[in-house]
Amino acid sequence: MPTVAVDKADLWERLGKEYTIEEFDHLCFEYGLELDEDTTPEVEEAIKNGLPAERPQLKIEVPANRYDLLCIEGISRALHVFLGKSKAPRYKIVMPAGGEAALLNVTCSPETKLIRPYFACAILRNVKFTPRSYASFIDLQDKLHQNICRRRQLVAIGTHDLDTVQGPFRYEARAPKDIKFAPLNKDKAYTAEELMTLYESDKHLSKFLPIVRDSPVYPIIYDAQDRVLSMPPIINSEHSKITLNTRNVFIDVTATDLTKLDIVVNMVATMFSEYCAEPFTIEPVKVISPDGQYRITPDVSGRHTTARASYVNSCTGLKLSAPEVSTLLNKMSLYTSVSPSNPDEILVEIPATRPDIFHECDIMEDAAIAYGFNNLPDAFPATSTVGQPSAIGQLSDVVRREWALAGWIEALPFTLCSHEENFEWLNHVDDGKTVVKIANPKTLEFQVVRTTLIPGLLKTIRENRSHALPIKIFETSDVVVKDLKRERQARNIRHAAAVWCNKTAGFEVVHGMLDRAMKMLDIPRISAQDRKARTGYYIKETSDPMFFPGRAANIYYRAPSEKQSTLAALKQEVESALHIEQDIHLGTLGILHPTVLEKFDIGYPCSSLEFTLEPFKKQMQKIWTNDE
Amino acid sequence: MAEALQQLILDTLDAHSTISDTRSLVIPGQSEPATSQDAQIAILGALNSLLSRDMVKFETHEIVSHVLTPEGSQIAVEGSHEARVWSALPAKGQGAPVTPAQLMKQVGDETAKVGQGRAFKNKWIGKEGDGLVKLAPTIKDSTQIDLLEIQSSGTLKSGEKDLADLRKRKLILQRKGQWFTVQKGTEFSTSTAKPETDLTVEMLTSGAWKTSTFKKYNFEAEGAPTEGGSLHQLLKVREEMRNIFLEMGFAEMPTASYIESGFWCFDALFVPQQHPARDLQDTFYISGKHSLSPYLIETHCENADPPHSLDPEPEYYKRVSTVHEHGGYGSTGYRAPWSHEETTKLLLRTHTTASSAHMLYKLAAKCRGEDVEDDRPAAGKEGGEKEKHDGFRPAKLFSIDRVFRNETMDATHLAEFHQVEGVVADRGLTLADLIGFMKVFFAKMGIKQVRFKPAYNPYTEPSLEIYAFHPILKKWVEMGNSGMFRPEMLEPMGFPKDVRVHGWGIGLERPTMIRYEITNIRTLVGHKTSIEGIENSPAPMF
Repeated sequence: MPTVAVDKADLWERLGKEYTIEEFDHLCFEYGLELDEDTTPEVEEAIKNGLPAERPQLKIEVPANRYDLLCIEGISRALHVFLGKSKAPRYKIVMPAGGEAALLNVTCSPETKLIRPYFACAILRNVKFTPRSYASFIDLQDKLHQNICRRRQLVAIGTHDLDTVQGPFRYEARAPKDIKFAPLNKDKAYTAEELMTLYESDKHLSKFLPIVRDSPVYPIIYDAQDRVLSMPPIINSEHSKITLNTRNVFIDVTATDLTKLDIVVNMVATMFSEYCAEPFTIEPVKVISPDGQYRITPDVSGRHTTARASYVNSCTGLKLSAPEVSTLLNKMSLYTSVSPSNPDEILVEIPATRPDIFHECDIMEDAAIAYGFNNLPDAFPATSTVGQPSAIGQLSDVVRREWALAGWIEALPFTLCSHEENFEWLNHVDDGKTVVKIANPKTLEFQVVRTTLIPGLLKTIRENRSHALPIKIFETSDVVVKDLKRERQARNIRHAAAVWCNKTAGFEVVHGMLDRAMKMLDIPRISAQDRKARTGYYIKETSDPMFFPGRAANIYYRAPSEKQSTLAALKQEVESALHIEQDIHLGTLGILHPTVLEKFDIGYPCSSLEFTLEPFKKQMQKIWTNDE
Repeated sequence: MAEALQQLILDTLDAHSTISDTRSLVIPGQSEPATSQDAQIAILGALNSLLSRDMVKFETHEIVSHVLTPEGSQIAVEGSHEARVWSALPAKGQGAPVTPAQLMKQVGDETAKVGQGRAFKNKWIGKEGDGLVKLAPTIKDSTQIDLLEIQSSGTLKSGEKDLADLRKRKLILQRKGQWFTVQKGTEFSTSTAKPETDLTVEMLTSGAWKTSTFKKYNFEAEGAPTEGGSLHQLLKVREEMRNIFLEMGFAEMPTASYIESGFWCFDALFVPQQHPARDLQDTFYISGKHSLSPYLIETHCENADPPHSLDPEPEYYKRVSTVHEHGGYGSTGYRAPWSHEETTKLLLRTHTTASSAHMLYKLAAKCRGEDVEDDRPAAGKEGGEKEKHDGFRPAKLFSIDRVFRNETMDATHLAEFHQVEGVVADRGLTLADLIGFMKVFFAKMGIKQVRFKPAYNPYTEPSLEIYAFHPILKKWVEMGNSGMFRPEMLEPMGFPKDVRVHGWGIGLERPTMIRYEITNIRTLVGHKTSIEGIENSPAPMF
């Protein structure tokens, strides 16, 4: 959520009341703002100590879709209306003295399609800035650039002193070497190529360079005398820059997206039109496309739609009449009237400042906010359903509890780890087919999604070296493997794992943990040589570089076949005679190799056990399909 | 020995009814009275043992005594340095005088050096030519005599002046000592039969429990530590929450997919494609062919890395993309360009709402006219007066599982944490139902006061931030988010218009940290958790 700093005294003046912080905090809460900070104590402290101090400010967090609240002008306007102290202002388009024919024209060249195809602008006439409203104007552009404009990538704003330039203007796209002008705060002219190098070291501007850098053409705006206004989205020109004395402001907006273009130009124009000699008036501009078609921008007319009181009531649980809903909506700066033909229907005009409203449900929400969320009646949904745990949750809880009852401690390491912890440190090689790698980790700790629970347990032991021996910890949690057949190209697998750390390695200890889990899951132990048993688990020696030679085993599980028909029994016998392995490889156990311990910085022998729980998932009773 | 000593004390008391000074006792096996400090310590042990049975009472008296240093002990045995020098020399005229060098060889450097001076001073020895001879025919080694006296009595009869001299010579050390006067206790008897500490099977068999005396139990002591394991505290809280949901009739959703597509994590939820949550800064993306980070592992099997998800069901996909790009279902939509690539990007889910979206899509299968296996008990099919013939039926669903954010870890932020999510779908649900429900839900966690702040969330409208007055912190804290899923999300799935779906999400870590008064989240989740902390965390019991 963006945070807006507003001048406290100015806000009180605009709201016509000096609020206590508690009162204002409450007002913010009800409207959906969050009062983050009041700098008054800081300022008073500075004054007391004779230090330079700024005016006290309130830092207010505003919802990310309310671009109309990104400046003090918008916040105070919305709250004033919300408090019922005034009606929402009407924004007016005022043609120049000569009518439509006298409109300022901007012609867009076809090349702009290659880089930033959309263009809009607006003029604010006879503006009077104060140092604080001027700062707010700059700040709003900055806030918009940061938010809806996605750091100027989607939309960029330029503002100019209209009296320093001469219309008509041209919006073009030219090769960077063919652009030359003196940018803001420089007295020398640079080519666009030079500017790219110049701004590389500029902390603020360097972020925006990649937006156009590799394009063969850069967007550029000229006046009738070929003077540059700006090179969006990078920089304005020094020549046309606005100052405290600027009276007529020209706003240019360029974008890659028409909807956002209009939102942004409307925001800047409507918010600051209050400083025009005639407040809330905006002079439009004629923007002529390469194909000769033109648009008059900005279009600050409201969007007409309808809302039904019955819908508002059915969503909120209230019993309001259409006039009551209508009044509530007025508090949210919407223009309304009850439909003359349908007593349930409210005709709503959504002002240009509220592009966050898409649907009747947004209007419904505004009515609920105006009514007060905390004034709504308490109800309780009558929905009657049956509770049901998930099969995997149920299963892993059985293992967790049994292992804890057996005297082991449950650990909770992270799912993400480094590549070497998952592979190299376990003496394993990444075959590239199992592990999911993260493209943009900020640190080495988060390179991959683990495919084994062992590294997390070993790291937990490492961090708990002061704990008395033996350390016996376990985890039942998910690992992730690639699965190219699935929509998401990967799947989670629920594993259970345990590590024993003591002065002796204790293979038999983790083996006992396996036996215990299996006993509780009612899986019989069978011999590795037994090819006739219908179901059961067994372990079989294996060689795995993660483990000490001769102290490692695979765990296998033979799932019972659906029905033991004579045919199936026969089939199993034939398969076993042919040594066809039907048994599922569940996991491994063993004494960890000393080189593994060394990597994880553990000075005592350890044994580990890890196996998948997936084959033991019981079909849940079908109360409701919450299975996969 | 210990029992013999106790017996001696009891017998002495029996005979004299009091022991005025324990230094007068002669410890069994010794010939001299127990004047040394070591002997008194042994006596104290016996007295304490008898005291615990109330057989004796005693008073302690502090005294200062002396013990010999190692050098002093040596002198007590071998004589003083000067005596040793004297005895090494021949008497005058009775043999060759001993040179200092020879003397050193005979008695050692240290003794020769220190002993010569004192022996001269005492006029025990004299010079003859280059050598030394005895002058005194006999000597009295008073240092040795004094030290022997101190060794046996701890002091000197001759008094403090001589003691001070010996201390200065580092032959003795001052030590605080104790002795005792002893009286009979309330349970005095001359029998030292040890009282029993515990009831045993032998006593039961022999009946000895009837006559045995039992030692007083120390009720101040701690019980014996238990054997046994522990569950992790965060997962104990998870269990509490899970039980709350189950008690309220919720079914647990499958969430076994940390990897999600942009489609299910965002697009299906009507999160705009340009939303900042989709930034590389905030979300972990799965590695495709392009390296986006210096920390990315270069892989040699690029084709095995899944860069994109498979496409979801095409008709649904089209409805979703249309409502974003052009609107529909009464919505204007975002009217922003739609990128197919954005929908197929694979990422680590930023919320379990991605899984909820998928479950809701499944729930609406019948509404879409798809033929699904009907798993309801037969009775449920009958009483469908409320049920219209659009295939919808109500559901309450929950999940508690991990989610991921590309954050730098600090005391309050982790890159992975647990989200608790609840979903209620029914016809005609209202905001009042949601608020009323949340109040009951939070009351079950021990939180009585909740209030709701309007908020923005792309997939819920209205969206309500839940604030709870926390009974432990004594202030309002943000606990989570809730709202009613937007029609732009539900209607493309196929839900009828009058079906409303409530959703809410709260973090699992935050209530756990408050419950266990943990301030650094890294000590709760991850490998830096203390095992001892897990062992000693009480049950949450909201």
